[in-house]
Amino acid sequence: MDILSEALRWLNDPLNWTGPQGVLALTRTHLAISALAVAIALVVALPLGLWLGHRGRGATVGVVVANTTRALPTLALLTLLAATGWFGNTATALACAVFAVPPILANAVTGVGGVDPDVRDAARGLGMSGTRALWTVEVPLATPLIAAGIRTGAVQVLATVPLAALVGGTSLGTIVVSGFATQRYGKALAGGILVAGLCLLVEGLLAIAERVVTPPGLRGRGRAAAADEHADTQRARSAQVAATARRGSNGSAPLP
Amino acid sequence: MPSGPVLSAATNPWFSWDYLERNGADVLRYTEQHVSLTVQAVLIAFVVALPLAALAHLRPRLAGPVLAVTGVLYTIPSLALFAVLAPVTGIGRTTVLIGLVVYALLVLVRNVLVGLQGVDPAVRDAARGMGYGRLRMLVGVELPQAVPAVVTGLRLATVSTVALVTVGVVVGYGGLGQLMFRGFRSNYHAEIMTATVLCLVLALVADLVLALLGRLLTPWRRTSRTPQVASGAHEEAAWTS
Repeated sequence: MDILSEALRWLNDPLNWTGPQGVLALTRTHLAISALAVAIALVVALPLGLWLGHRGRGATVGVVVANTTRALPTLALLTLLAATGWFGNTATALACAVFAVPPILANAVTGVGGVDPDVRDAARGLGMSGTRALWTVEVPLATPLIAAGIRTGAVQVLATVPLAALVGGTSLGTIVVSGFATQRYGKALAGGILVAGLCLLVEGLLAIAERVVTPPGLRGRGRAAAADEHADTQRARSAQVAATARRGSNGSAPLP
Repeated sequence: MPSGPVLSAATNPWFSWDYLERNGADVLRYTEQHVSLTVQAVLIAFVVALPLAALAHLRPRLAGPVLAVTGVLYTIPSLALFAVLAPVTGIGRTTVLIGLVVYALLVLVRNVLVGLQGVDPAVRDAARGMGYGRLRMLVGVELPQAVPAVVTGLRLATVSTVALVTVGVVVGYGGLGQLMFRGFRSNYHAEIMTATVLCLVLALVADLVLALLGRLLTPWRRTSRTPQVASGAHEEAAWTS
């Protein structure tokens, strides 16, 4: 309990919150790196995923990509980058983006590719071109899954960024790592609480955002479908299932 | 005598046989640590996850809370979890092990649950018609039917655990991560690369072994070529986590 009170004392000290290495500044850096990483991952994964899903292929590509990155330790990528001279926040963002690509890619492919063929046929029957069908029919239908993928990826990044502190990056993880390094476990505990709190908070906010962007007609559909026939259950489940498509070498991947 | 493929400058190559020869004992020790941690964590997680999933399956009302709790635990970053655990369990093996078990738990619970729920209702009906009770049906019919999904879950959990062990460096017990970190500290490229490659190889080997085990455990799926659809469904279960 000594350590707990030490952690509380650390958290209560205003000097630890302000200044260039204070909690507020570190949180800002943490969020900035995460945002950059998610942006990079989005730019890479989303167009590719939509296109692959639209063309009705790429399911295997998603599986292969996801499985390879799952086996690659985050720490390994970070140390490899750092050892080649890629230090700093941009390198961290780049490394984290690598781990955010698979969930976004996989869910975009699954979401767009999983649109009911009848609906797709109907769109073609209405005279829609491929691109128009993609934007006005397939993407809205796939929105819940795509949003879930982005949420998974974002939380994943948020959980990965602290690890960069081990190789000299700055983020909330710095508090944990320096706490361990100087054997001030109260400080490490305080950092751990902050990191976990940030992740849970962002996760909650993104869950709300996910509900907001879901088209009204699709809300609550997963639950209704679950009560339906077996095939429907299967589809509903595969939707939920894909929502947490993967996890990397750190804790993340939320519940749908 | 660097006889391996030397890619980078000769002074600090990424691949070096010389390194392995000179540090073989160290590499072996850390690999052993890595493997034993992984095996132990996955086994414990499996033993905990099986009854949890069975409970959630028998009492569907509990499924939500069980998945929610494991999901929240899963969202907490490993670094934070180790920091929170370390004051309680101390620096070393126990802390890392608990963390690994926590992360493997969600994957396993979810996959076992998906497997149990995915059992063909007709099969369940047949069992009920033969006078199977709820518990006997679970053990005798549903669990064997769920073996492919369970094996998928085990494979996922094992592969991600292999990668996750490396984060244990913060508490000084990270298996091959220890080597990576040491290599980073002393700017020894070969050390980092060797540890990374060994990690990937470990994950691959573990995955293959478990896949083989799954095949051995389900002889009925090998004899008939018909349940192609079913195997597709289980591939989908691979996305569970």
